[in-house]
Amino acid sequence: MRLELGIIKIEDVQFGDETIIGDGTLYVNKKELINLALQDDRLAEADVELARPGEEVRIIPVKDVIEPRVKVSGPGELFPGIIGKMGTVGAGRTNVLRGATLVTVGRIVGFQEGLIDMSGPGAQYSPFSQTNNVALILRPINGLAPHAHEEAVRLAGLRAAVYLGKAGKDVAPDEVEVYELRSVTDASLPKIAYVHPLLSQGLLHDTYLYGVDAKKILPTLIHPNEVMDGAIVSGNCVSACDKHTTFHHMNNAVIKELYRRHGKDLNFIGVIVTNLNVSLADKERSSDYASKLAKLIGADGVVVTNEGFGNPDTDLMMLCKKMEDYGIKTVLITDEFAGRDGASQSLADVVPEADAVVSVGNANEVITLPPMKHIIGDLKPAEVIAGGFDGCLGADGSVKIEIQSIVGSTCQLGFGKLTAQGR
Amino acid sequence: MVKYKVVHYLNQFFGQIGGEEKADIPPLIKEGAIGPGKALQQALGEEGEIVATVICGDGYFADNIDVAAEKVVELISPYKPDVFVAGPAFNAGRYGIACGASCSAVRERLGIPVITAMYEENPGLDLYRKRVYIIPTGDSARYMKEAIPKMAGFVRKLGLGQEIGTPQEEGYFPQGIRVNLFVDRTAAERAVDMLLAKLKGEPFQTEYPMPAFELIPPSPPIEDLRSATIALVTSGGIVPLGNPDRIEAASASKFAEYNIAEVNDLTSDAYETAHGGYDPTYANEDADRVLPVDAMRTLEKEGIIGKLHDFYYVTVGNATSVASCERFGKEIAKKLKAAGVNGVILTST
Repeated sequence: MRLELGIIKIEDVQFGDETIIGDGTLYVNKKELINLALQDDRLAEADVELARPGEEVRIIPVKDVIEPRVKVSGPGELFPGIIGKMGTVGAGRTNVLRGATLVTVGRIVGFQEGLIDMSGPGAQYSPFSQTNNVALILRPINGLAPHAHEEAVRLAGLRAAVYLGKAGKDVAPDEVEVYELRSVTDASLPKIAYVHPLLSQGLLHDTYLYGVDAKKILPTLIHPNEVMDGAIVSGNCVSACDKHTTFHHMNNAVIKELYRRHGKDLNFIGVIVTNLNVSLADKERSSDYASKLAKLIGADGVVVTNEGFGNPDTDLMMLCKKMEDYGIKTVLITDEFAGRDGASQSLADVVPEADAVVSVGNANEVITLPPMKHIIGDLKPAEVIAGGFDGCLGADGSVKIEIQSIVGSTCQLGFGKLTAQGR
Repeated sequence: MVKYKVVHYLNQFFGQIGGEEKADIPPLIKEGAIGPGKALQQALGEEGEIVATVICGDGYFADNIDVAAEKVVELISPYKPDVFVAGPAFNAGRYGIACGASCSAVRERLGIPVITAMYEENPGLDLYRKRVYIIPTGDSARYMKEAIPKMAGFVRKLGLGQEIGTPQEEGYFPQGIRVNLFVDRTAAERAVDMLLAKLKGEPFQTEYPMPAFELIPPSPPIEDLRSATIALVTSGGIVPLGNPDRIEAASASKFAEYNIAEVNDLTSDAYETAHGGYDPTYANEDADRVLPVDAMRTLEKEGIIGKLHDFYYVTVGNATSVASCERFGKEIAKKLKAAGVNGVILTST
């Protein structure tokens, strides 16, 4: 399975008569994008705004972030089983509008969407402060149930990202990245698998694998290229800091790092996707099954990432213990909830086997974000989104908030450079 | 040239007021450096100036910790110091507590950096190490000579606004707090490095050493359920409509207690959830789904349990720190115990 990602660098985004790419600028036909969103009669209103790095703009509340791409050749369509026809993705050529994103904006649960600042101190915490964002602001029809609202916004976002991506279909990429899991002849290299748990708690905490609700899967093997080519889609409304947006799935940092060192320092033997369900029996079954698969494919070591916090800490620890019991060396990537003063224990569950942990930061840390000249969406929910609190919104438009509210601030897919240290 | 101003805290003995017979004097302030402060001033050189010294009797402070600490804040604030330094207290327990408490109060109220120094067994250490930089010293004034230069170095850093590194780098007692910082490499890169080191049996350093969890032994089973009073306690956020105590949707800072003596069923016109971690549709439709008052009343009627306790306790378990949960748990348990409750059903979400 050979995947070529044709990287088209996007350095600016502007409205235009046609949705096209010219000289590194993505031009967006606003009207077409709005009409596309409103094809879903569960959505009453749509609007589009643009946000570029360095601007005094705050986007809130953010639901998902998606990288615009287009399948140029090879089987399958983007987001198969959801809006694309079913077919195995991960092979052929996919062009990527690198530096552009589609951001869905609007309240869903009211609690667990996040914010993106395009400048100021908040900008260093979100990868989407450095991208040119096309914000799709969506309002549902009255009385729409939250789960239907979530689905409508999710599908509208995916459709919009595919629409934008099509602008790159015939554009010559600036560079081509090739991902192919060639067999490794050096038997001395350790065999490494990546274990990728997907949040699947229900009640708007869901992820989709080829369109299948991850709650209902047994842990399974997947080629890393499939993950990178849109097989996993976020349906999550969990805290913004550590939910994997669809963008994060398409750009999984652990997969990229294992690919980079494949054949040199290690032998990357595959990805095991598992879920993060709520019942104890589910947790036992999934961690049993995922660790057994790792053993079956002969892994010497695994990297295990996590999504969300609290309840999923138990899954993470079960995975760790069971992998280590099989003699598979395990490293975990997790964020911390150590309280605003950093003085609490960081995880809701631990096992002694978890002796190799990478921390992506304390999500409870409070930051003051200065007022911005322009708000895309609505600032008021800052007080109720996870990480906000009563009175966190200043009269001048400043926000004192936990970094928990910033999209991707403590991403447990290893995307960022934030960590926490004991002092 | 003076670049920063310092106020120093001493007890009555080092403050040259007197011995144990003067231990009951309340806080007072004097201009300039006194006693060990003179050596500290010398070590600071011309950059930092000890503009005043607060002195308080150890006995007075220990008997009136909050009042004394408040008074210290009040006395020093007109001097507008850039740094507050206390001690060294060595192994003097009351003095160590006074140093820690005054530093903690000054830091919180005036927002300036603070530092103190004491021996590792001083009871002030565990009480204040999380909030205050505390430098290790020997156990008695014999070690003053070693303590002063270390304190001066730290005061200087704080005074000049320099960044304070890790306990290993700077020599203060670890505070047990987690501090965020950006590093050069992504978490994915660090994870793969760590895994390769672990596989090769090479040394590696975990970024989060696992804490020791407190193991709670379960209570013995209830012998006669038919005469037992059972309480409901939930982290699922079920509150009277309007959330009268304003429990936060995430990172809850409190729990609440509500009377359900007259309630047989939680209906949507009277109860809802304050929890921000899940789709509230089903909990708001029927809060019994999270806090099963209706089912408990049935069990009560059928005589399977003696009685449902008249009060239920609720918080929101969504990104709420373990430390907060421990505190809520202890306080709720105390109330239930005092009310003679025999058993509890904990419901989460």
